[in-house]
Formats: sequence, structure tokens, C-alpha cells
Amino acid sequence: MDINLPALFGQLLIGLINGSFYALLSLGLAVIFGMLNIINFAHGAQYMMGAFVAYFLLQFAGLNYWWALIVAPVIVGGFGILIERAFLQWLYKLDHLYGLLLTFGLALVIQGLFRHQYGSSGLPYQIPPQLTGVRDLGFTFLPNYRAWVVVFSLVVCLGTWFIIEKTRLGAYLRAATENPTLVRAFGINVPRMITLTYGFGVALAALAGVMAAPIYAVNPTMGADIIIVVFAVVVIGGMGSIMGAIVTGFGLGVVEGLTKYFFPEASNTVIFVIMVIVLVTRPAGLFGRAA
Amino acid sequence: MAQAAQQITAPAEASSHKSEVIAFAIMVLVLAVLPYFVYPPFLMKALCFALFACAFNLLIGYVGLLSFGHALYFGWASYFAAHLAKVGKISIPYWAGSWQWLTITNSPMVPELAIFLAVIGAAVLGFIAGSIAIRRQGIYFAMITLALAQMMYFFALQAPFTGGEDGIQPVPRGYLFGLFNLANERIMYVFVLVVFLLGFLLIYRVIHSPFGEVLKAIRENEQRAISLGYKTDRYKLVAFTLSAAIAGLAGAIKPFVVQNASLTDVHWSMSGEVVLMTLLGGLGTIFGPVLGAFTIIAMQNYLAGFGQWVTIIQGGIFVLCVLLFRRGIIGEIANLLRIRL
Repeated sequence: MDINLPALFGQLLIGLINGSFYALLSLGLAVIFGMLNIINFAHGAQYMMGAFVAYFLLQFAGLNYWWALIVAPVIVGGFGILIERAFLQWLYKLDHLYGLLLTFGLALVIQGLFRHQYGSSGLPYQIPPQLTGVRDLGFTFLPNYRAWVVVFSLVVCLGTWFIIEKTRLGAYLRAATENPTLVRAFGINVPRMITLTYGFGVALAALAGVMAAPIYAVNPTMGADIIIVVFAVVVIGGMGSIMGAIVTGFGLGVVEGLTKYFFPEASNTVIFVIMVIVLVTRPAGLFGRAA
Repeated sequence: MAQAAQQITAPAEASSHKSEVIAFAIMVLVLAVLPYFVYPPFLMKALCFALFACAFNLLIGYVGLLSFGHALYFGWASYFAAHLAKVGKISIPYWAGSWQWLTITNSPMVPELAIFLAVIGAAVLGFIAGSIAIRRQGIYFAMITLALAQMMYFFALQAPFTGGEDGIQPVPRGYLFGLFNLANERIMYVFVLVVFLLGFLLIYRVIHSPFGEVLKAIRENEQRAISLGYKTDRYKLVAFTLSAAIAGLAGAIKPFVVQNASLTDVHWSMSGEVVLMTLLGGLGTIFGPVLGAFTIIAMQNYLAGFGQWVTIIQGGIFVLCVLLFRRGIIGEIANLLRIRL
């Protein structure tokens, strides 16, 4: 088999980019599930909202990409906090499935509203001028923006891991996941922590959306299909481990990229096939604890 | 605990059975008279979805399994039936020095055979997907079934016989058992109604059988069912396969009704719709899914001109049902009248 190196590296790079989004999104899902015991089906819609808010900021407020990276997650995260206060807080004592159903309904409403307003064709979003252009690596060309996405999302993922696993705040979070009543007895406001956790998870999705805006066009349906792939990623990695979510996300992105090169027909399905193989061989997931 | 108390204070078995029989008689009567007042093709479509929702409800309502990918069985059975009735070519690959295709049949099939084979196909798919998905519980089960359905959606997009974006059309209705001309709208309606009622009664029978009692035990407390010696995984797999087969039956008659099979029926949004129908009508009620299906299909029909608002309203109904009416319409009525429906 002749291997066309530039094409292979091109697909690998796209795989790494997709992997960045998988990692950010599955990380958010895992953080939310850990605290709220809810699978946030609206995660894809919130990712899409991040991209749209970045677009609005540029169009109507003149705030560029760099501002959007900070402002969009704050706005969408704030929206998430409203959702948690208005809807999710009533579900904690019910079966987990109701959280999935409610957030699925929210996703339909959000996506429907955006499609109603903006149709299903994409809106363009320019790459910031500081990151245009490509770098010649000798064997292939590396677009600066794509390198930035991979590096920045890696930094965000590791930062989140650090906060949750190594800081005092993270210790409270992990303790509240294990035994909320006891943590409350120590005088910590657990309900507020739950609200903020949801806001943080949603903000992560929005951040991924902002980063995705210049790569894929800003599109109302951009979150609908990726969320199902992210579910498969979460099943493969298991939601017990933050680092597991990050590693699985990037890893599966790369595998998907390789598949696009070697066997393009299967590129849409490869992650699902891997999920089946993992379920058959290691039912608890790669990093999961047995249920 | 509250649920257990409710179970004990529920009306005695005999009287609750009576309310179900009366409700069933009313349903049959309404469905027999309705075509004189309502456009029959709409009713037939609604009946297909009603049976689909009943099959889905068998899992969520009586085993406590949320399959978020039931469009897989509905949509693929629809493709199978449409293909068999229109083209009828079945080929299997075999090895003779190199891979060859052995064509078993190559002519359009009669409706009853096409439907039968489509149901078998859906059951096989259900058995395979079920054996993978039951390896994990609860929320993971929902995510796995959704992911498997999405995988099969991509296969449907790429498989040679499904027609990709175009789907399979037009599907001929043909003669049932060589006698009944299904092109006649009235005969077609009777056929769809009979299939629906047979599927409905089968589900009713299953729910009230000893097997169904074990399923309910698994729903209430799987650990205890295991400790009582039941191999719960086997029960779940049989229930899953059965549900997939009945969903497949609903999907297999649909191409004869609407005369096409398309990607819409295998898409995740269809899986979401059947969840919505069941939730709106009442999870774990016998008649809820039927009412829910008719309500949602009617809404889609009358709001068809409003584009995205259908999706927005459906999402809103999801939110309202989960927050305020978790029993669903029929569940609320049954609770109010203190009967079982």
C-alpha cells in the first residue's frame, strides 16, 4: 500500500481536532454526570450556542474571537445555570432517565429555535488574523489555527483535570459526588456547587463551540450529530475518570482520522464499532469501574 | 418505598382487568368508526406509530429499559419490507476461491412474506443490539442503544439497497394472501387495524404472563430478582428482542401504507419521537402509547406548515411531561379514576 504522507498527516490532524472537541465535550458530560447524575443531552445544543454567541459577538458587539473565547462560555454557562435552576433541580430525586429526557427536550427546543431563525445552512466565521496561515513542517503543512485548537483544548482539559483532582475546590466537588449530605454538614453549600458545576460543564461545551466556529461553519445542527458520537466516546471511556474522558476523546479522534485515510467508508461508524468491541470485551469501559 | 405502597393499595386484580377490557372495547370501536370521519391514510400512519410506541413501551414501561434507538428496528424493518415487496432480491456472499454473491430470490414478494421476513430481520437486529446493550445498566443502556442506532443509520445511508437519500419508492401494495387487494383503501385500513390489534394483544398477553411478572420484578428491583434466582439478562434480552420484533412489525407495514421507506424512519429524531409518544400517553400504561402516538402524529399533520415549530413544540412537551405529568395522559386519568389502563 502506498502511503501518501501529507494526506495521512492531514487526516491525522483533522482527527486530532475532532478529538479535541470529543475530549472537551465528554469531559463536560462527565463533570456534569458526576455531580448531577444527569446525562446532559442538551450538550450538543449548548456547543452550537457557543458558536452562535461567538458569531453574534462579532456581528453585533464587534468583539473578536479572543473576546468570544472568554465571553461566549460565560454567557452560555449562565444560560446553563438558569436551566439548572428552572428545570434540572427538580429531577435529582428521580430516576436518571428523566434528566436525559428533559435535556433531550431542551435540545429539541434550542435547535428548533435556531433552525427557525437561521435555517440549516452555515454562517461563516473567520479565523482570527493572528492564527491564519500555515507552518511548513517539512513533511506536511500545519495550519496555525488547527494547531492552536489542539494545543488550547489540551490545556483546557488538563486545567480542568488539575482543578478537579488537585485543588481544594476539586476535593469538595469529589467529596460532594460521593456523599453530598456529609459535605453539607461541613458547611459547604452543595446545591450552589451543583448549579455552578452544571454551568461549568455547559461553558466547556460553549468553549468547544467557539473553537469549532472557524473550522466548521456556524450551523444550528452542528451539535446534534456530534453529541451522539460523544455519547459513544463516554461509553467507551466510562464516566468515572476525568483523565479517561480526555485520553479517550483525543484517542478516538485520531482513530477516526486514520480511518478516514485508510477506509473512508467506515469513518462515520468506526467510533460506534469500537464501542461495540469495548462493550463485548470490557463491559465497564476502558477507564470505568464496574457498575 | 412510596411506589411499593402504591402497588399494595392498587385496586384488586379482577376489577382492574375489567377496566382494561372496557377501555379496549372503546378503543376498537373508535378505531372502527374513525375512518368515516378522518382521512384514512392519516389513521393508518398513526396506527403504525401506535404499535411502534406500544413495542417501545414494553421495554421502558415494564422492564424499565430506556432504548433511545428504537428507530433502528422500525426503520430497518421498513427498508426490508419495502425492498422485498418491490425488488425482492436477496443475495448472500460466499467463498469459492474468491468472494461471490449467491442470489437466493430475485423477484418481488407478496406482502405477507415481505412483512414476515422484515419482522424476522428486526428481531435478529434486536437480538444483536440487545445482547450488546444489556451489558450496561441505566443511563449507559440508553446511550448505547442510541449509538448503535446511529451506526445503523450510517449503514442505511450507505447500503446499496436502501436508496440512500432517496429511500425506496414507490412500494407496491399488492394482494394480501393473493385475495385482498391492498390498493383498496378500505381493505388496507382493515389490514393495518388487524395487524395493530394483534400486536397490541400480543403485548398485553406478554405483560400479564408469568414472564411479564418477572419483567416487572426486574423493573422494580433487578438485584432482588437476581437474588431470587432469575437470570435477568436473559429476560431482558428476550424482552428486547420481542420489542424490536414488534417495532419491526409496525415498521414493516408502514411502507405499504405510505408507499415508501426513507431515512427519516431510521434517524435518531424518530427514536426521540417514539419516546415522546410513550411519555405523553403514559409510560407503563397499556393504552397510553396509542393515545400518545395519535396525538403526536395529529400535531405533526396539522402543524406541518409551521416548519421548525413542530420540533420546538415537541421539545416543549418533553420538558412539560418530565416536570409536571410524569404519568402521562392515560396515567393521570387512571390515577384519577383509581383504575388500571
